[in-house]
Amino acid sequence: MFESVQYWDPAAQFVLFSALKILVVFGVTLVFVSLSVVAERRVSAWIQDRVGPNRVGIPFTNIRFLGLGQMLADGLKFLLKEDFTPNYVRTVYFWLAPAITLIPAFLTLAVIPFGSTLGNPNNRMVIANLNVGILYTFGVVSLGVYGIVLAGYASNSKYPFLGGIRSSAQMISYEIAMGLSVIPIFLLVGSLNLGDVVGYQSGGLHTWLVWKQPLAFFIFLIAAFAETNRLPFDMPESESELIGGYHTEYSSMKFALFFLGEYANMIASCSMMVTLFFGGWTPPWGAEAATTLWAGLGHLACFLVKVIGMMLLFIWVRWMLPRFRYDQLMDLGWRRFIPIALFNILVTAFVVALWQR
Amino acid sequence: MSAPATAAPATPAPPPPPAAETVTVKVNGRTVQVPKTMPDWQGKPQPTTMLQAARLGGVEIPHYCYHDKLPVAGNCRMCLVEFGTPALDPATRKPALNADGTPKIARSILPYEPGTARGAIACATPISPGMEIYADSPATKQMREAVLESLLINHPLDCPICDQAGECKLQEYSVEHGQSASGFFETKVHKPKAVDLGPRIMLDDERCILCTRCIRFTKDIAGDDALGIVNRGSYNSIAAFPGRQFDNNYSLNTVDLCPVGALTSKDFRFKMRVWFLKETRSLCTSCGTGCNIVIGSREDTIYRFEPRENEAVNSSWMCDSGRLNYKWMGRADRLAEVRVRGEHSTWSVALPEIQAVLAKAPRGSVAILAGARQTTEELYLLKKLADRFGAVTDSVPRTGAADGFLVAADRNCNTQGARLTGIWSGTMGAQIPRIAEDIRAGGIRTLVVLGEDVTRHGISPELLASLETLVVSDLLPSATTRAAHYLLPGCAAAEKRGTFVNVKGRLQKFLKAVEAPGDARPELEFLWDLVEGGVARRAPANIEGIFNQMVRDVPAFAGLEWARVGDTGVTVPL
Amino acid sequence: MVVDRKPLNWWERSYLPAIAGGFRVTWRHFANTVFRRKSVTMQYPEEKWVMPEGYRGAPYLVSDVDGHTKCVSCQLCEFICPPKAILITPPGPAGMAADRPNAEKMPREFEINMLRCIFCGLCQEVCPEEAIFLQKDYSLTGLARGEMIYNKEKLLKLGGVDTGIQKWKQKLDEAREQEVFPVQGSAS
Repeated sequence: MFESVQYWDPAAQFVLFSALKILVVFGVTLVFVSLSVVAERRVSAWIQDRVGPNRVGIPFTNIRFLGLGQMLADGLKFLLKEDFTPNYVRTVYFWLAPAITLIPAFLTLAVIPFGSTLGNPNNRMVIANLNVGILYTFGVVSLGVYGIVLAGYASNSKYPFLGGIRSSAQMISYEIAMGLSVIPIFLLVGSLNLGDVVGYQSGGLHTWLVWKQPLAFFIFLIAAFAETNRLPFDMPESESELIGGYHTEYSSMKFALFFLGEYANMIASCSMMVTLFFGGWTPPWGAEAATTLWAGLGHLACFLVKVIGMMLLFIWVRWMLPRFRYDQLMDLGWRRFIPIALFNILVTAFVVALWQR
Repeated sequence: MSAPATAAPATPAPPPPPAAETVTVKVNGRTVQVPKTMPDWQGKPQPTTMLQAARLGGVEIPHYCYHDKLPVAGNCRMCLVEFGTPALDPATRKPALNADGTPKIARSILPYEPGTARGAIACATPISPGMEIYADSPATKQMREAVLESLLINHPLDCPICDQAGECKLQEYSVEHGQSASGFFETKVHKPKAVDLGPRIMLDDERCILCTRCIRFTKDIAGDDALGIVNRGSYNSIAAFPGRQFDNNYSLNTVDLCPVGALTSKDFRFKMRVWFLKETRSLCTSCGTGCNIVIGSREDTIYRFEPRENEAVNSSWMCDSGRLNYKWMGRADRLAEVRVRGEHSTWSVALPEIQAVLAKAPRGSVAILAGARQTTEELYLLKKLADRFGAVTDSVPRTGAADGFLVAADRNCNTQGARLTGIWSGTMGAQIPRIAEDIRAGGIRTLVVLGEDVTRHGISPELLASLETLVVSDLLPSATTRAAHYLLPGCAAAEKRGTFVNVKGRLQKFLKAVEAPGDARPELEFLWDLVEGGVARRAPANIEGIFNQMVRDVPAFAGLEWARVGDTGVTVPL
Repeated sequence: MVVDRKPLNWWERSYLPAIAGGFRVTWRHFANTVFRRKSVTMQYPEEKWVMPEGYRGAPYLVSDVDGHTKCVSCQLCEFICPPKAILITPPGPAGMAADRPNAEKMPREFEINMLRCIFCGLCQEVCPEEAIFLQKDYSLTGLARGEMIYNKEKLLKLGGVDTGIQKWKQKLDEAREQEVFPVQGSAS
């Protein structure tokens, strides 16, 4: 049955495989989001000498699976809670905001090469192999702020409003630093296509760009914290001062969408970092594009392991550092990272120019 | 007729009569002028005692056996005080003086042990000029401690199961004057407990401190020499004479008199602890005497009546039959809902309907029968209502045997109030046969009955059935309430405020102790609604205002004011 | 009090030493919890805390060594109870068959509303009969409010036996020695 597919029209094949890839990526991301919520809770518990959620397993049995059933329970809880819309909100925007937050996070994943191939060299493991991949990414990521700003505005309530304002200022500031930080990468690689970036690093551990551009990685990492509203830069939500920031007035599934968005953004950022600095899907010993199915799956696994590692770093940092003050955040973004990133561009450009001479 | 009523003395305490002769004594160093004689329990003048003098000087000397209204016995020794008298110069037989010219005071000392103070019982020692009473001196305190320790030697200290706990003089004085520990380590003498002394009295011999208040009361006040002390020494105990029951109608007063928990009321036995009881000043409604009482209630349940001192009415006593006449108020079959022609209804439906019926009634077709147990204010409003329709009014006489002490022959508590407000005149109840005749003849079509079962007083159920409208307000179901077209649940005296006028013309007020059951409202309120034109535009009924309005309309009450009636009432001319 | 704020040097201002310190601390705790199983959380329903001596849990009535109710219905606990959780129905004049010799008085009903009870211990403090004690139960649950009102029977069952004094029995023995039989008609 599957044999017949290869005799299809190439355009039809492209549509079919793209649809399949989209479905799989979407599904895997959602599962990852749920898993990362549980992981977040368990890791935070371990760091704080606690046990964390370890009880929910298969219902009506004693099988607990380390409490991984918690992710289903959480999802179910969100579905079953009352979906409450306060009567003073601007309803249309209020309903729109969670979706606008979630969509860009998934869109970013479209250009990430999460594997080489599954044996067929024509079918690369990336949903959209754009030659301007990174530009697309920045374009889409900058849309994410609208959801949050809109949520803050539509809630028609002071805490969400403050959260929205903080969020817009913070994300715009750090987008600049983030954008500047990756320019040296492309100076080195000579292409904006993320597949080419991975290809540049496919020679093994030593060819990973994190060694050549540690400064860029550092700035990108911290900017990613800020972009995903994670501690130590979770000013837009900051429970202790803004209750919940932009999602104060949200409940049930709408709140869950913000929640999903935050973790999907994390996954996207981590995937991006893995792609840019840690060789994407290539194993540490280096590899060419896979020619067999098993090698292709190995590359996929390799990518996932790296992403998981980055996610754990994100989680770890959240439970390690206290929240920055807002002026420190701004100071860090504008007066430290942008000059450093510019300096990094200059130095890299200089070195590349010398090299090519 | 319009002579102003005399106001009651403000305080019931023994009033110092303006005696010509006074004596100057010192109480705790303070000079006090006291009358040379004061009335004893029978009102006869007797030399003023140290206890009375100290009380006039503002010092209360602790005592058990002494009681203002009883003969002095002087057997509890609790009121022992140290005192001093002006010393005489042995040579000149003149009062000795100190260096500064003040009289020298010789403190009382034991003749065989000079240096140790000799106390005297304050309740029975007359004062002499220049005497000094040391109610708080160390020697006095030591004497009190010793007396208390002695009284507690055989006391069982079973306060947790004693009904007196909380109002027990032994407890109070032990706290105020006693020691924290006893030097008595031997076994206490045990005596019978829970002895059945009479139909209403339970005796616990162990708790008795042998003050003999109960013996003196029943012999000298109630005139029934039923109690005495038997056995000797530590085995002394109170008992009724063999073959006699302590069963006179005043026996429960000994429970009030008993300073400890030896005599307890069988009725109140183990029912409630006294510290939970809310005390409300009220009046007994069992006869025309109108004894002043304190209602002890908790959470809208009445637990007991106790007499309240009023020299003009009941001294400190009340009869057992009146005291125990409270249980019907909590009966389960109390009327608690408004009924219109047998169906459950509400005040806001029934009152306008009654009003409409009354408004349409031709003059002379209405009769009102009001119980003489309603308050004066209610009767006054009823009379106003009656005057508006030219209605015939009357009340029902109720008599029994008077006992010559407190129980009056008139068993209605407000007969005189009904007369003064004009509900009846001439002979009480004389109009009832006429009313019955008019109903039969068809002249009277509407009958209003308050608090009486008229079927037992000459108006048969058949006659009631022939009425167009029968409005009844009562507390308990009767043949009359069953026949009523409009049944309005009323309140007992303990559930409302008001005044009664007793057989001697004493107008006294009583306060509300508990809430009425269900929808029941004080009669005053709904009568006010009927008189003043309906629920919609009525001002709320308020007893002060209605009383003061009544004072203007009823000549006998002229010059009174609700706020000035006081706790013990005023005497009005009958 | 004035606290001097030490100015940070450039190295500290880079946040790097603080971040490194943070990693060290969190890693230590993480490792302790994950690898050395030193988490402080108690797995509550399975593992239970051992109550220390003098712990003030729910108040229950106790029986004496003969299995008799110690409470005599003096209602002092009802009086002192700050949240008014205790409701005692005294026996009344008719009395009731006391389950203890020489007991004139017993509560007809003794109810503690455990929803109201604040475990303050004033009832135990005030009890002249040593009949009520705060015991070690702290987790009282029920499916309805009515279930949380414990009656005399339940309180006595939960309360167990107190080996303390038997005041009334002692009085009775004394009285019998003197050939006085204090309370007529009481069960023995």
